[in-house]
Amino acid sequence: MNQVTPTEVNQLENSKIRKKKTYRTPWRTELKKNWPLYVLCIPALVFVLVFSYAPMGGVIIAFQDYKPWLGILGSEWIGLDNFRRIFEYQESIQAIYNTVIIAVIKILVGIIVPIIMALLLNEVRHMGLKKGIQTLVYLPHFLSWVTVAGIMLNILSLDGGINHFLANFGIEPIFFLGDPDLFRPTVIISDLWKNFGFGMIVYLAVLAGIDPTYYEAAEIDGANRWQQTIHVTIPTMLPMIIVIATLSLGDILNAGFDQIFNLYNPLVYSTGDIIDTYVYRSSLLNGQYGFGTAVGLFKSGISLVLIIISYRLAYKFAGYRIF
Amino acid sequence: MSHKSKGYRVFSFFNHIFLIAIALTCLLPLLHLLAQSFSSKGAINGNLVSFWPVGFNVDAYIKTFENSNFVRSMGISVVRTILGTFISMFVITTAGYALSKDFRGRNGLMWIFIVTMLFSGGLIPSYILVSSLGLKDTIWALVLPGAFGAYNLILIMNFFRTIPKALEEAALIDGASFFKIFWKIYLPLSLPGLATIGLFIMVGHWNSWFDGILYMSSTENYPLASFLQTVVVQSSSQNMALDPTAAKAMSEKSIKAAQIFIGTLPIIIVYPFLQKYFVKGIVLGSVKE
Repeated sequence: MNQVTPTEVNQLENSKIRKKKTYRTPWRTELKKNWPLYVLCIPALVFVLVFSYAPMGGVIIAFQDYKPWLGILGSEWIGLDNFRRIFEYQESIQAIYNTVIIAVIKILVGIIVPIIMALLLNEVRHMGLKKGIQTLVYLPHFLSWVTVAGIMLNILSLDGGINHFLANFGIEPIFFLGDPDLFRPTVIISDLWKNFGFGMIVYLAVLAGIDPTYYEAAEIDGANRWQQTIHVTIPTMLPMIIVIATLSLGDILNAGFDQIFNLYNPLVYSTGDIIDTYVYRSSLLNGQYGFGTAVGLFKSGISLVLIIISYRLAYKFAGYRIF
Repeated sequence: MSHKSKGYRVFSFFNHIFLIAIALTCLLPLLHLLAQSFSSKGAINGNLVSFWPVGFNVDAYIKTFENSNFVRSMGISVVRTILGTFISMFVITTAGYALSKDFRGRNGLMWIFIVTMLFSGGLIPSYILVSSLGLKDTIWALVLPGAFGAYNLILIMNFFRTIPKALEEAALIDGASFFKIFWKIYLPLSLPGLATIGLFIMVGHWNSWFDGILYMSSTENYPLASFLQTVVVQSSSQNMALDPTAAKAMSEKSIKAAQIFIGTLPIIIVYPFLQKYFVKGIVLGSVKE
């Protein structure tokens, strides 16, 4: 049977089957036999060494007062000064705080809403309608944030469509993108709008794979649709939910640069400035390259730890492996 | 099935209404944009345009295409998308094929690639690297740095793993070389998977805006997404920051709408193909033999 299962589910199975193999073949024989395989890896290897590993080495400028005209070799070494400054500046502390708040709420709603929407969509029996709804809700994921921000700036402006609509109910124009109190909700809701559909896909795949006999059995036992959902559907979805939830741990410092950069403005820096936008402004716009790199390194260092923890947890609780 | 209880029918009714409403929220903003792009200035400023053009005209589109910067940027986007997708696919399929096999050192190589998913040098080191390689202000700055993607590599590798080993063994017996097997068996058989990943990479290139702003010192070299970012997004938010009422004076909404719409059109055009495959793509990448 040509059973399609989502990547994650399948990897769960893979990991149970796969055993560690040890290779005893000497390098000479191996090279002679498999040289084309090594050759085929060369392009990718060159790309990662140049464009991924070289910049990783470049993070040493976080310990420098880097000046472009002096270069990495000529710039002054200042130890941990840049890192100390992260915790001295009000702006950077605020940016870290904003990042965590925005990212955590995005993660939470980004897990819960797709689950609920997938369950609701699963109750639509009319195939054409179901397909049509899916087509529409997946679409925003593929639009760039430039497009979405362009539309949002248009319809959320003081004289834009939304305020015009609200005026019908006598509501005063709301400055969605210029009011620090409203900026975070606007960002979170628009991100949800853009991505909930795409987030549903994995759950819909799980739901489609549930053996109908489970429901038939539940029905014979007198379970109604709600009870079936609680006792059959949700337990089946649980491993996937656990994988997605644990893996999203790695995104706690990712508040969404593309989105924020295109939506924010100086009026909302207090609530909307995040680590990535702060790095951009402090380094490329204000020339503090070493400091900007230090902030970036602070972020990617913590993220690395979180990602490793999340993979370990996903492996421990659901047997998930990345490859 | 006993979905026929009264409670369930009430639920089902509201569920349908709710889902249709949600689905419409995903479409209406684009319709609004499209309607604006075909509407007259007066109608837009008077907020008369909702989802259908008022005072229909195509002036905005004429002005957009008369703008040589816009047209040039579009050309740059087309080039980067084609070139970038080609390079990416080459790099990923070759390594993906190799890594789908078992050979000594495979796991070590795999880890070298996986590490790039876990940690990156960040903005400034990448910027310094691209500058010192002399790639700034060239198309290569847009296609080379992101050409490799570990996630896509894993997907492609899993695709190749789904192809039955027996095929390869038979070809080997017939005297086919490694490369021939790759070219004649693996690539054709995994075409749906490769097409999916290729489309994803294309969409990524078309939508990518930050690298253009970062690596191009002159707006003349901007790809379309970067051009739109500066013209449409930056100008609006700067206006808002200066003075909320200044936004009122900006009456070129129709031109902005037309530009955004043209920039999004390629995505909307490939979307049906994308959708046909991506659900499978997320899924297929992992089907085991």
